[in-house]
Formats: sequence, structure tokens, C-alpha cells
Amino acid sequence: MPKRHSPDVVIIGAGVVGAACAYYAARSGLTVAVVDRGPVAGGTTGAGEGNLLVSDKEAGPELDLALLSTRLWRELSATLPPETEYEPKGGLVVAPDEPALRALRAFAEGQRAAGVTATEIPADRLADLEPHLAPGLAGGFHYLQDAQVQPAQAAARLLAASGAALHLGEEVTAILRDPASGAVRGVRTARRELLAPAVLNAAGTWGGEVARLAGVPLPVLPRRGFVLVTEPLPRIVRHKVYAADYIADVASGSAALQSSAVVEGTPGGPVLIGATRERVGFDRSLSTEALRRLAAQAAALFPVLADVQVLRAYHGFRPYLPDHLPAIGADPRVPGLHHACGHEGAGIGLAPATGALVAAALTGTAPPLDPAPFRPGRDFGPADTVPPQEQQS
Amino acid sequence: MTRRTPRALVGGAPQETFTFRFDGREIPAAAGQTVAAALWGAGVLAWRTTRHGGEPRGAFCGIGQCFDCLVTVDGAPNRRACLVPARPGGLVTSQEGTGHDDLAV
Repeated sequence: MPKRHSPDVVIIGAGVVGAACAYYAARSGLTVAVVDRGPVAGGTTGAGEGNLLVSDKEAGPELDLALLSTRLWRELSATLPPETEYEPKGGLVVAPDEPALRALRAFAEGQRAAGVTATEIPADRLADLEPHLAPGLAGGFHYLQDAQVQPAQAAARLLAASGAALHLGEEVTAILRDPASGAVRGVRTARRELLAPAVLNAAGTWGGEVARLAGVPLPVLPRRGFVLVTEPLPRIVRHKVYAADYIADVASGSAALQSSAVVEGTPGGPVLIGATRERVGFDRSLSTEALRRLAAQAAALFPVLADVQVLRAYHGFRPYLPDHLPAIGADPRVPGLHHACGHEGAGIGLAPATGALVAAALTGTAPPLDPAPFRPGRDFGPADTVPPQEQQS
Repeated sequence: MTRRTPRALVGGAPQETFTFRFDGREIPAAAGQTVAAALWGAGVLAWRTTRHGGEPRGAFCGIGQCFDCLVTVDGAPNRRACLVPARPGGLVTSQEGTGHDDLAV
């Protein structure tokens, strides 16, 4: 097949969202180029745990997106190589006391109506699912649809399967626009101009900067999170297990440090322990307080972890939009400009459905679900009080 | 003939010698020696098997970087034999896999 000189779409961002958009765009017959200033999965994708969760999302547009993604990930797992480490392990959300369990029950009721499979697990049956769980919990909910992938591998394998032309280590310095119509014409990097009638901003936490290159604001903010990595262990945690207060943390917009234990095993052996959330700009310094809380909460949930070694910690910056929904689709302010960013901590899980929505928008075909709640031109609502560090880029 | 060792070159002598147990044998060691050095001195080159495939492993880098020399010391798995000092009466046991197989569910 002769190589075309210019692609149909240039995707800025080689994280999992950019990779999934490349995959579904290519499957729709478009030729795709992907540009990233770093490597594949060099940003938030590589700093995640690979969660594909429906359990932490209340009924609404994000849950619909997650449910579609869950189906698409299952399809993808049949075609992507085993290195993707797709594990349909299910999630277990546990409540420390009766009030928390009641709240969880109401939450699950809404989710069930939206198509989530959530089964209440009484206290005396929790150990059947997770033998190492601490005693004394009030009960929990088992979510069959929760799953996990190795996020960096998932992005790399999706990109490879897309057949997109990859330009890594090339920062986009300008988005080219037609002087008369204002429509995008492509992008410029230090090494080349890539001309295309459509440009997709899949720059994750740095999506606001890319939008600014096109002359439009997009209020993506970083929300820092730490993950602890234990020494390799045999399978001691079977599901994705977390405490009910995690759900409140995810939905919160607070800038202050929040943490709740989210524990999962990996095929590689280490157990991953998240999740903290704090709004501190792009501060990369290590927070011993965040690590201390994670370790203590994980050991409270799984006492066996108190005696295993933590090998290292890593952190990343979730791309956060003030109304907690991603921006997906065409930007009404700039013809040819599309966005797929702002997925906060759910980008790995939401990537395939995002890709399917973007592909539909690019080809003018019917979207697989209503894209209106994610439209980039929407009113994002008032931003929470922004710490001074975030005033910088 | 005296062996040309770093210690012989400076005329040093160990302050203290003792033994520790390794898989049922007594291993001689000198104060300050690491577990890996004492095991090597006794002709033991492997004290761990890998998680996948059960391949034998011992000291590789010898300076605490590669984590190949992991061993169980006094019941605690995944200690780096090249860094942990030998201790009089210590109990060193060869390690299989993660050393935490008892925790598997």
C-alpha cells in the first residue's frame, strides 16, 4: 500500500487514550499519526495501576462510558498480546461499619439500574473472596465487571495494533491553522510539519497546554497520586479491593491530601497500593505523609501486608476537569480540533470507549453512546480553589 | 604459601570468627563478613531459586543493586545476602520463589 503523505488525523499524546483513539480511528479506515514529546505511556498512563473500574462510578455518563469500555476491553483482550495482562478479576469494595455499608448499598442500587453487576457480600462471606482481609468489616460489594491491565503495555500494544505512524520525543510546538477559516491544518514539531485536517488533543494532564496552542482554554488540572509497590508475592489479593471511602475521595474536588487504600495483586508479583489524591500542581517531590497513610491503610485492610517489604513508590498526575468528566469530541471553537483528555484517574478504563467516540466524531458516523455530556465546549463549572502552584503551567 | 587476599596484604586479622547455620550446615564466618561472602567462602554459590522456572541464583553484583542474591535470614525472606552481615548463630535458609509461598491464597 503506498504511504500517504499526510494522515487523516494527528493525535497528540501516546498515552493509553491517544493509543485507543489511534486504534479505533485506524479501524474506521483513517490514517493516523501519533506525536508525543516523550515515550509511549511516559505521562499519567505509565504512572497508573491499570484499573478498569465500574465500581467507583455513580450512575451517570461516566459510568455509561465505563460500561462500554468494559465491553470493549474484553473484546480487545482477545486480539491484543498477553503482555497486556488483561485480568477480569472483579472488584471488592468493603465497608468498615454499618453506615458505610448502607451508603454502599444505595450506591450499588443506582449502579445496578445502569447495568452494573454488584453483589452484596455479607461480613461472614468476605473471607471466601479474600482470605487475607482484616476481620471485623461490616460487609462489601462484589463487582464482576472490574478488571485490570498493565497500562504501559496496553498503550504500546494498542498503538502497534493501530498501525499509526509514531513520532516520539517530538514536542508539538504549534497547531497550524488556516488564516482565513481558523480551521486546523496540522501540527509543527521541532522536526517536521504534519499536515492533517483533524488534530486530536490526547495530552492527558497536559491537555490544557495543547488546547492553548490552538488558542482555546481547557481547564485540565493535575491531581497527584502515589502508589506503593511491594516485593513480589504469590497471589495474596485476588480482586481489586478497596475501602468504601475511596468512592467519596474520587468524587471530591478538594485540594487537600486524601487517601484510601486500594489494593491489588499483579501478574508480575508485586502488590500495588494506592490511592492518594491531592492538588499540588506538578510538584514531583516525595510526600512521606502520603506514603505513610497508604501503608497504614493497606495494612489495616490486609494485615498480612504489615510484614512485607515495600520496594518503591511512584506517582503521577491525574488529568482533572472541574466537573469530573473527560472532554471528548470536536471543539466547537476551532474547526478540526478534537479533544480526548481529562479522564482523571480513570483514563485506562475509559480509553476504548473514548476511542470509539472519537472515531465516530472523526468519521461522522453514529456514536456508540450519547457524547453530549463530554462535549469540550461545555461549561465546566466553577473550578475549586486553585492552589497557587497550579497557576503555573 | 600465603594466599594473596586483601586482608593478607594489609596484615589484618579478623576480630572474631564464628559460625551460622545454612540449610543444616555450619558455615564459618568472620566479623563484618556478609552472608554472601561467608557462603562463597564455604563453596556455596546458589541459595535461591527463581519465581518462574526455579533456576538457581546466588550473588551477582555483590553490591546491593541487582537483588539476585535474595535469601531468607532468621525467617525473613528477600534479604540481600551481599549486604546482610553474618551473625553468630544466625539461621540462613535457601529461598524458593518469593519466599512468601505460605501466604498464597
